[in-house]
Amino acid sequence: MKLIIVDYQLGNLFSVKQACQNLGFPGVLSCDPEALRGADAVILPGVGAFAEAMATLRKDGMDEALIEFVKSGKPFFGVCLGMQLLLTASVEFADAKGLDIVGGTIRRIPGEGRKVPQIGWNQIHAAGQDWSKTPLRHVKPGEYMYFVHSYYCAAQDPSVELCKTDYYGFEYCSALNKENVFATQFHPEKSGEAGLSIYRNWLEAI
Amino acid sequence: MGNVRIIARLDIKGPNLVKGIHLEGLRVLGKPEDFARFYYEHGADELFYQDVVASLYDRNSLHGIVTKTAERNFIPLTVGGGLRSISDIREVLRAGADKVAINTQAIKSPEFIREAARKFGASTIVVAIEVIKTNGQYLCYTENGREYSGVEAVSWAQRVEELGAGEILLTSVDREGTGKGFDLDLLSAVAKSVGIPVIAHGGLGSGAHAVQAIEAGASALAGASVFHYDYVAHSGDWESVDGAEGNVDFLKSGRAFGSIQAHSIAEIKQALRQAHIPCRP
Repeated sequence: MKLIIVDYQLGNLFSVKQACQNLGFPGVLSCDPEALRGADAVILPGVGAFAEAMATLRKDGMDEALIEFVKSGKPFFGVCLGMQLLLTASVEFADAKGLDIVGGTIRRIPGEGRKVPQIGWNQIHAAGQDWSKTPLRHVKPGEYMYFVHSYYCAAQDPSVELCKTDYYGFEYCSALNKENVFATQFHPEKSGEAGLSIYRNWLEAI
Repeated sequence: MGNVRIIARLDIKGPNLVKGIHLEGLRVLGKPEDFARFYYEHGADELFYQDVVASLYDRNSLHGIVTKTAERNFIPLTVGGGLRSISDIREVLRAGADKVAINTQAIKSPEFIREAARKFGASTIVVAIEVIKTNGQYLCYTENGREYSGVEAVSWAQRVEELGAGEILLTSVDREGTGKGFDLDLLSAVAKSVGIPVIAHGGLGSGAHAVQAIEAGASALAGASVFHYDYVAHSGDWESVDGAEGNVDFLKSGRAFGSIQAHSIAEIKQALRQAHIPCRP
């Protein structure tokens, strides 16, 4: 099984790689479109700025390769910024186009007395879809996961929403699931044992 | 809801976890990796590593310890100390850190914050502000509380937010290592003046202190001595500690830890929950 963890040279890929490795699935860090074509499964991790990340992906031709990979129907997992990059466009720093694999936009969490970014642990709750058929099947609704973000995904089609999270009265989509695409706004690789179960379930289903 | 975080802060010198008072008089407590594991297993929401002499000696030697920690502990890890360039940040992130804390270089060159936030995302960049109260004013220091920087805490906090910092780690050097509670006036003044999260650091010694800090506007609390002494009380094998980089006589003598009462992370969280402040179990 060939697992590629997309490396766009910006954030911490260490923990994602380490989580997979500890679970018995060594992944390969790569920003090579050719490597992506031969992959069985892809993780798009994310720490960093949207515009910078998209620029790096485009420079390497990885944007097209990622779109092509998702079309192949093979398992794809986006984490944090890796979830946001799937959408149509973002407003972080400058308006920037995303991969447009899932229709929708990236918006800033409204301040209105809230501290932004949200940095910390927060609860995830079910948002319509049944978790039992997804990598969340061993996670209890209301479980705490680790979040670091100023922006959130506003998907056009609410049926893709898998989790919702409330940040001081502001509710947003914190994970999505659409066919072969699974993505979380939180960092399962930073969310202790409950988070690792998400990786385990996703990896074992490949 | 939002949930407050309890952060275990580990000051590191060479291979050792150290702890002082007012950021000075460092004593060796043990191996940072062992303490980090203990905190991971006992409810820490985040780990914070500070290389306490990196800025002073122009070195940046924490990478090995960062990697060893991130391999085993699946909670966020923030690393500070001696980070001066974009490539310094990139390297420490690649070694396994999730966020970086910058103090000295941010004050020397504020544009560095903007550049780093643009490159790595605002929420990766923590600005550490170390404050000493002088003639009634809260003034910022660099080099781990050794050098006066010429800037005042509240205006500097607002400036770092404008420049794109994602978070502020606010240390009261006066309270640091004392266990006498946070400087609540400082904390409240800074937390009110910015829209980004503020981590209170310096003085945590009881559950009541934790509650006061959250009520004053902190989004997270960092504790060092209070937790380290709890771990030390649960452990006691100091044969392996490397004495090359600090004073270990204190540790080996088995003396009491001065005025600071040890508390576990769970005890602090229990006090928060009793005050109806939400935090992860």
